[in-house]
Amino acid sequence: MKKLLELFLAFAKIGAMTFGGGYAMIPFLERELVEKRGWTTSEELMDYYAVGQCTPGIIAINTATFVGQSVAGTFGGIAATLGMVFPSLVIITLIASVLTNFAELQAVKSAFAGIRVCVCVLIFNAVVKLWKGAVPDKAALVLCLAVFGLSVFFDISPVLFVLLCAAAGILFTRLGVRGK
Amino acid sequence: MILLRLFYEFFKTGLFAVGGGMATLPFLYSMSDATGWFSHGQLADMIAVSESTPGPIGVNMATYVGFTTAGLPGALAATLGLVTPSIIIILIIARVLQAFRQNRVVDAAFYGLRPCSVGLIAAAGLLVVKIAVFNFDLYAQTGAIGDLLNLKALLLAAVLVVLTRYVKATKKLHPIVFILGSAAAGVLFSF
Repeated sequence: MKKLLELFLAFAKIGAMTFGGGYAMIPFLERELVEKRGWTTSEELMDYYAVGQCTPGIIAINTATFVGQSVAGTFGGIAATLGMVFPSLVIITLIASVLTNFAELQAVKSAFAGIRVCVCVLIFNAVVKLWKGAVPDKAALVLCLAVFGLSVFFDISPVLFVLLCAAAGILFTRLGVRGK
Repeated sequence: MILLRLFYEFFKTGLFAVGGGMATLPFLYSMSDATGWFSHGQLADMIAVSESTPGPIGVNMATYVGFTTAGLPGALAATLGLVTPSIIIILIIARVLQAFRQNRVVDAAFYGLRPCSVGLIAAAGLLVVKIAVFNFDLYAQTGAIGDLLNLKALLLAAVLVVLTRYVKATKKLHPIVFILGSAAAGVLFSF
């Protein structure tokens, strides 16, 4: 029971601090789950992200359910997910009932323009950090650069990348290029 | 029963939208057409608010649409509808994965998936850079190369890189400190 409450609170905290999509969550997941609580590792987070990309539902929720489940089973998954959505429920309800022109306020626009710059830098730092664990050899480097380049220049669904990379991982391991 | 209907509509969205919160948008537009609960104009406002408030965009959108349609109970019904398919599907996958974690083929697949995740995250980051640091719209209007870069944003980014990576005293600070600081900088220097 205590663990479930901890999960709920940890994810509520992450939900309240995430501005933007599931990717903006990475720095906070790293900080709160990997560094502070040791509930998961950076590599596992990347696994969850990959699976969360190609399974139904939005990434942020999928990742929350995954981590919660690995920490405290089925109810852990539910507690983490409810924690993740709790701040949204409170904040959006408040804004929708009192501040309908919230997004048009100049101060909000300026603040958010600043936040976006920060999100870029935090994502950049996260990539540098994740790099070590996720890209251990040349074959993985090729995969990573190919996914990055193709998704920047073409409008390809992440689902396709995930499926192809899983296949490539199996193929590279079979061919013995892994670890070189 | 509008609450059940909201739950059902968002359950469908959660079941069929794959990826980030933006993947839910096509579903919301068709929901607007099919139900008349909210207009396309309202939807545009809701997207703007969802993007500029904390929390994942997809969840914010569900809460907002639900609240607009049926008040607080509506917000709850829509949000729970959105997350229910994820919870069910991920719980099943997580169990299967736990059982097969040590399997060589699964391990090999994840060896390929991790660099894939990093590549996708980096690409998403670049997309934010494009919006945050560049002024493509302004540049298209004026054609002046000086208008292409948002210099204030670039300066803030440089300061943040130094603070988060190189300054011993600040690099271990919680990321929210930098988010709040950047919000303040945005307001102070009118970004």
